[in-house]
Parts: sequence; C-alpha cells; structure tokens
Amino acid sequence: MRKRVLTVDDSKTMRDMVSFTLKGAGFDVVEAEDGAKALDLLAGTAVDAIITDINMPNMDGVTLVQRLRAQPKFKSTPILILTTEGSEDKKQQGRNAGATGWIVKPFAPDKLLQVLNKVCP
Amino acid sequence: MSSTTSTPPDFERFRATFFEECAEILPELDERLSSLHAGEVDAETLNAIFRAVHSIKAGAAAFNFGPLVEFAHVFEALLDKLRDDRIQHSEQVFNVIVRAGDVLAELVEAARAGSEVPRAFGADVAAELKELLAGTQDGAAQAPPVIPQSLSTQERGLRNYRIVFEPHSELFRHANEPLLIIRELKRLGDLNVECISSNLPNLASLDPEDAYLSFIFHLSTSAPYASLAEVFEFVDQDCLLKIEVLDGADEEEALEDSETLDDENEPKSAGPSPAGTGARIGIPSAVQTSKGATSIRVDLARVDRLVNMVGELVITQAMLAQQLSDQGGGQRHQWVQGSEELAAHTRELQECVMAIRMQPVRSVFARMPRLVREIATKLDKKVKLVTSGDQTEVDKTVIEELTDPITHMIRNAIDHGVEDADTRLAAGKPKEATIELSAAQRAGNILITIADDGAGIDRQKVLQSAIAKGIIREDAKLSDDEIHNLIFAPGFSTASVVTEVSGRGVGMDVVRRNIAGLGGRIQIHSIPGKGTRFTLVIPLTLAVLDGMLVAVGKEKYILPLASIVESIRPDQRQVRTVTGGAQVVAVRGEFIRLIPLHRILNVPGAILEPWKALVVVIETENGSKAGLVVDELIGQQQVVVKSLAENSEAVSGISGATILGNGRVALILDIEGVCGMPDRAAPLESCSEFQIPDCDNNPAMRAAQTSTNRPRASQPEEMRAGA
Amino acid sequence: MNAALAAQIANTAPSAASSAAAGVKQFISFRIGEEEYAIDIMAVREIKGWTETTTLPNQPEHILGVMNLRGTIVPVFDLRRRFGMGLTEAAKSHVVIIVAVLDRIVGMLVDAVSDILTVDSSEIRPVPEMDRSISADFLAGIVSVNESMVVILALEELFSRTGNEKSLQEADEPQSLQ
Repeated sequence: MRKRVLTVDDSKTMRDMVSFTLKGAGFDVVEAEDGAKALDLLAGTAVDAIITDINMPNMDGVTLVQRLRAQPKFKSTPILILTTEGSEDKKQQGRNAGATGWIVKPFAPDKLLQVLNKVCP
Repeated sequence: MSSTTSTPPDFERFRATFFEECAEILPELDERLSSLHAGEVDAETLNAIFRAVHSIKAGAAAFNFGPLVEFAHVFEALLDKLRDDRIQHSEQVFNVIVRAGDVLAELVEAARAGSEVPRAFGADVAAELKELLAGTQDGAAQAPPVIPQSLSTQERGLRNYRIVFEPHSELFRHANEPLLIIRELKRLGDLNVECISSNLPNLASLDPEDAYLSFIFHLSTSAPYASLAEVFEFVDQDCLLKIEVLDGADEEEALEDSETLDDENEPKSAGPSPAGTGARIGIPSAVQTSKGATSIRVDLARVDRLVNMVGELVITQAMLAQQLSDQGGGQRHQWVQGSEELAAHTRELQECVMAIRMQPVRSVFARMPRLVREIATKLDKKVKLVTSGDQTEVDKTVIEELTDPITHMIRNAIDHGVEDADTRLAAGKPKEATIELSAAQRAGNILITIADDGAGIDRQKVLQSAIAKGIIREDAKLSDDEIHNLIFAPGFSTASVVTEVSGRGVGMDVVRRNIAGLGGRIQIHSIPGKGTRFTLVIPLTLAVLDGMLVAVGKEKYILPLASIVESIRPDQRQVRTVTGGAQVVAVRGEFIRLIPLHRILNVPGAILEPWKALVVVIETENGSKAGLVVDELIGQQQVVVKSLAENSEAVSGISGATILGNGRVALILDIEGVCGMPDRAAPLESCSEFQIPDCDNNPAMRAAQTSTNRPRASQPEEMRAGA
Repeated sequence: MNAALAAQIANTAPSAASSAAAGVKQFISFRIGEEEYAIDIMAVREIKGWTETTTLPNQPEHILGVMNLRGTIVPVFDLRRRFGMGLTEAAKSHVVIIVAVLDRIVGMLVDAVSDILTVDSSEIRPVPEMDRSISADFLAGIVSVNESMVVILALEELFSRTGNEKSLQEADEPQSLQ
C-alpha cells in the first residue's frame, strides 16, 4: 500500500519540491500551507508521515508539532521538520516539541527520501 | 552522499514556480514594509516580513543564486532578531529594512533574468544590516550558509563495531523506533543484534510507552564512520549510545574521522551528510491540489480557452433561441421552456467563468509605494501614497495592462504635479504631498483614480507648448477640458528637458492608447494650485456586453445598453435645426443634439427624417447626452464581444464586433467615438460645446444645456415612442 | 474545384516546407479578370466560397467588410478594387482566400482560384519596369507558367497595418451619400 505524506510549508516552491520528490518515489502526497490548515486536513485524512516547515503564518511548525503530539492519533507518526542552516534554536525547539527528525534546507532530493525512509516504518 | 537523483530534474519549470512565488511575495513584502515605514509596527507585520524573506532565501538557496542567498541571509538574520525583540526598534533600523527590501527585489529580478549582479550592488545596505546585527546581544550574524563540503565518504576497509544502544522513553515520544535503527544498520553491512530484556517488568506493570529494551549491535561494515553516526542522528539525545571500533589496527584511523557521541552533549557540530550542492528538483506540470488548500493554480491559457468556449456557447445558445422563436410557438412550448432554461444557465455559467479571471487590483497597487519612494527620493520631494479600493476586482488581462499607465501617471504626478517643499509651504500646503490611488466599480466600469494635491495642470504652459509644437493653431480657442487633453497629443511634453524619471519617451499618448486598447478612456480634472485628478474608465467585462440591436438602413449595430437612457419617436415640432446645420430634439425642456447614424456611418437606405425614425438617447462618460437616430430597435441582446482589432485596423466609432444568432457579424458602436465623429452635413467641434442661438434666452433652458450629472441608468428607464 | 483543390492544398502544404529548402516554392494562383496572380502557399489558411460581409463604416472601398470565420472576425479585401481595376460584383461564384499575414488573418476576394504552382526560385523574375497599375511594392516577382505570366504578390506589403490602407491609384474618398 502506498504511504501518504503530508507536507506543510507556506512556500509553494518548497511544497512542490517535496511533493515531486516524494511522488516520484511512490508516496502519496497531500499539502497544506500552514499549521492550521494541516490540522484541518489531518482531521479527515490519515497520513503515514509529516514533513513541515517551521516558519509559517497562522500556526508555525513548532506549534503544529506540539499540537500533533498532544493527540493520541499522532503520537507515533514520524514528523520531520525543515530547518535552515544556522537555526539551531528552532531545530531544538522542534525537537523538544516532539519532532522525530529534521532536514536542512536546501536539500537534495535523495537526501529527503533517505531521511524519510529512515523514520518511516 | 552523492547527489544523483533517480528522477531527471525538470528544474526550468521549477524555477518558474519559485519566481512566480517571489512575484507574489515581493509586493506583499513591499506593502508590509510600507506599513513599517508608516509607523505601523506590530508582531504580525514583523513576522510576515521575516517569513517573506525567509521563503525567498530558502528557494534561492535551492537554486544556488549566490548573491541573492547571501543578501537574503543577512536580511533574514536581522529580521529574526527584530521580531524577537532582540534589536531595538528605531527609525534607522526600519529605514535599512525598507531599503533592504528594495535591494532584495532587485536581486530576485536579476536572478530571474539571469543577469550578472555587480559586486557592489546592495553592499552598502548589507553592510548596514551586518552592523546592526553586530550590535545585538548575541553578536554578529552567523556565517552565511556555505554549501557544505562533503564529509569524508570514502570507503575504508571493512571494520567491526560494537555499539551499545539503550533507548530512553523519550525516544518513543519522538516517534522514533529501535526497529528502524536496526533496519538502517542492516543496510550498512553485516549486523548482529543482541537484545537485553532484563529490564522488562511483568506484563501488569508494563507501560507500553516506556523503554525497557536495550541492544548491543555488532556491525561489520566498510561504510564510513559518518554513515554510522548518521543512523543515530535523530535519537542520540534520547538514548545511551556507545560506539566502539573493534579492529585494533585501524583504530586511529577510525578515531580520526569519528566524533564521540555523548548522549549528554548537543549533537555533533559537523552536520551529517552534506545537503547536496545545488539541488535541482523538478515538478510535474499537472495542477497541484490538496484537500486543505482553498485555491488552485491554473494555467492562464486554460482559463482563456474556457472563457472563449463559454463565449461560443452563448452565441450558439442565442442562435438556437432565435431559430426556435422563428419556428413559432404553440406545440413547442416545452422547447421554449427548455430554451429559456438554457439561456439562464448559460448566463450564469458565463458570469462564473468571467469571475475566474477577475483579480483584485491589489497586485498592481502593491508595486506603487516602492515606486513613489524611489521617485520621490530621486527628485528630492516628499510624497505620500494613499491607496484605496485595492480589493476591487478586474479581469486579469486588464490588470497586466494597467501597471504601465498607472506607473507613468504617478511618475508624472510627482515629477510635474508635485511642487518642491518650499513652494508647497509657501502655498499653505503640507510639506508632504499626497497622491491618492484608488479603484472602484461603477455601472459596468472600473474607475481608477490617480489624484495629487500638487500644482495642477498649467494651462498656459500647455497651450504654449502645443502651439510651439504645431499641435494646434495659435488662434485656436479651446476649453479647459480640451487644453487638458492636449497632453495626450503625441510628442507632447512641457518639460524642456525630459527628466530621467519621466523620460524614456513613454508619453501620455502611449498611456491613452493603452487604455483605449482596453476599451477605456482617461478623464482629466485639474484645478490650478489645488491638484490634478486622472480617472481611468475601463469597461469591466471585456467579453460580454448587454446590448441593444438597432437597424440603420440595411445594417445592424449594437449599442451598449449601459449607455442608453431612453428612446423616443419625436414629433416633427420637437426637432429643430441650429446654426451649422446640426439638429437637436427637445426632450422635457432639454435640447439634445441629434446624431444621424446613417450619415456618420455612411449607411445607404436609411430613414432620413428623425421624426420618422427613432431617437435613442445616450449618455456619454462626462454626462452629456446625444440622440442617435436609427431606423428601429430590434431588441435587447446579450452579446459576446469579439475583437475587431485582432485582424482589422481601428475603425472610428466602432469598438468591436459580435456574431449574431444568424451567424452574421454585427458591429458594436463606440458611443464616445460616435459622438466625436464628423457629420458632413453639420461640422461641429465637439459634442459638449455648441451654441443654440435661436433658443429662447431662458435661464431654465440655459441650465438644461449644461452637462447633467445624472447617474447613467444601467437599464434604459423607459422605452417609449413620443416625448 | 474548391473541394478538390482544397484537398490538394492540404496535402501539399507539408511538402512545401521541405521543398523550400531546395529552392522550390509553391504558390496558389488565382484569377482576377484576365490577370493571373499567385501567393505563397504557406500563407493560405483556407479557401471559402463568398459569403456576405458586414460593412465597416467609412473605410476605403477595397475593404469589403468583415466576415465571421468560425468565431473570428476577419476583414475581407476586394483585390480587384485594391489593384484599381474596379469593384467586384461579388456573387456566389466568387472566392475568398483566407491568408495569414504578419500577425493577422485576412480574406481576399478573387474571381476564382486556378491552381497550385510549383516553381523553382530561379524561374522567378523581378517585375519589369512597365506601366503597371499596381504599385511595385506589392509585387514580389513574376513567373511564366504555360506561356502566361503570373504575378506573385507580396502579401506582407499588401496587408501591412500602416493605418488606413490606401488604394493605389488615388486616395479614395469614402462614397458620399446623396
């Protein structure tokens, strides 16, 4: 069965990058522009993993991770956060909120797949 | 880690997405920066600005746009500190940020055009940004993102490791899994797993989310140490981890490129595998939709095609309806009902489709604050731009055509209209000039106003210049309106030296042509000393028109319904001839100039006497009225406007064409144009200005002569015969 | 004629492109009165029987009006008039050749379409300095076919958008009304 990944990022370019890479590797992809929309989407769609950016309007990535981990449904869903080089504090915040792992932007497609495969059962 | 990808990158299309996104981000950023500049400083604005720059940086890094990335990085760093209140808010800071925004926009444009950026470009702003950063609590900005070097990925000989791995419950809370760790280790080589379960309590007291198991791995691998470390990169804070190299001989080598992992420390400082240089990732061309998204992107070509097809549908439906009514009613009343339903559905479909292409003018307006800043700075004038109605919606094709005219008129306003500070103060005006840019919808048109509180148009100067250029004769008598309109004459410019700002030979004549190309016109209202107001009037929906089909001789024409006030069949007594040969008709005390269409349009076989024909009273943009003499009204009809200009030269008095139900082409009259066309039998100078010497010297009559500012009815008030 | 010729045109057009390289050109020739003219086959989009056009007001007489070409408004020019040889009494037997020139599509009213000519570029000679009624600007060359002379027209010059297109002998005043 195909695995489904949710990508959350306010940048369409980023979402497209992730989506294309994942789809090419056989994943199903759903997208959301910010944390709030992600939660809405997840209320009705099951996913096997979540990749989220940190800086987004309406609800940032760290808050999204916190909210997700607070729900039993998402306790063991792998969540990867997208960080930029040099934003250690954000990475740590994400970690503390419960993120499974991180990917540094900009990333190579196969790096993305490698990390995702690492955390996805 | 090599960067060979399994799918071939389609990065051209992908770049386009990035620049499209920038094209959306930059104007919004500009708006936010304007707010900042205007003193509206709040967390939301700062966050939004940060995110905008952050997004641009992230994308730029993916495409390796060096100068852009570097600049954006410093900019972002400062914005990050600013939004966290780690930098003092001050006018100086905001000024730098605003300028940085401009530099960023330029760099994006350069990246898009693929042009070289001079090394010094933006260097001054960047330096200021760095300076401000240096003054903050945690010191200078971190180094810009260097495309990371690959860590040693060279394969060594086979090595044996002994790894002790004791996960803490924290590990599970991050949705990490020892099983996945094991899977990864297996990929590196030969793995032997020993599981220690001595900590497992009995089932009753087992907490399923706690960690009780620990592992000892024996791994035989030739993979570099970095790969091994990477397996644990996400979990190393949540476990006890010890990696030992077992082969004595290579131990030193191993220690060289290894880093001790300590579960108490921060993760190793050198990142794991390189992020890859110049990631190029393509995107499919299909439309991306997602359940959560509230909008989708669609190729404009597809929308255009849709609009065209619906237009054709309207015509076909009209044809069917006509043929059906030609057949007569009676038994076929079911068909009639069906036909009417079809008409209603088609109309609604049309409205929906037209709405797809509508966009708020905000995207055009958003570029203006920066423009005003630039020009005002260049000309050393203080100018404030106030916009309103930017959510007014206009067809997308119109939006694109609006930027240049508006830009040019604002340039002109600042250059020629706005006085310098001293002059303004002396005139009792505030030092800072105000330019108002507004958009509004009115009766099927969109009105865009550019108004300034400057010196107004210097009529004398304009006149002199026009005479000097031979545009008008020396003794010509012109009304104020006509003098204003001289600025649209080709080659006209009162500036003795066309300034660098307004120059480039663009000219108001080009502006007018642009607007005319959209089917619109420009009105000027100017008061010396007070200011000038330009109003662009552009028809709202380019493609569909509510029209009245009229017959003149054997020709048929469409009159835009919105321009029609009423239609009358006058008595002979109501029609009078005035000096010059023109005819007027008296309607409720008002004298309305008659325009015999058959003469204007050279149509043979028409009814010559107005009292035997029909007079359709129309109202022009400026409120003045005229009576078009036609043979008869055939009926109201919604028509799809087809472009005449696509293949034909412009024809005076005709704004477009449509295809009637019978497949024949009918021309759509340009009301304004028709009013201005010469009538051989009665040459007149202009529509709004004519004398009626044989009229009674009656103040009431006089008053009736001047333009009435009656709002134009969107439906004709009455269609009746006789006054 | 039309259907067969039209089919022939449809079939030859692609090969015209390939033979262009070899210096061979193809034209559609047509007749106006006693004269034969030809135009580049690549410009020809369609050949239609004459249908009534809608008159454009105040235009020179050689602009017959506009017609509906499957939803596009296309102007139709009376070539006879354009060449100063009088008005065409348009009737069902006449033909309108739809051509694509520069950025527009226009229709040319002619008496009849004659043939497809395949001509080597070397055979095309410049128009001699004779007393011709048609301005040399509009003529791209002349070629001899079966003993008769066919004048090749320069479509781009003929239909350039230079404001109001004047007729050639004298500037026509639009017909004034009595």
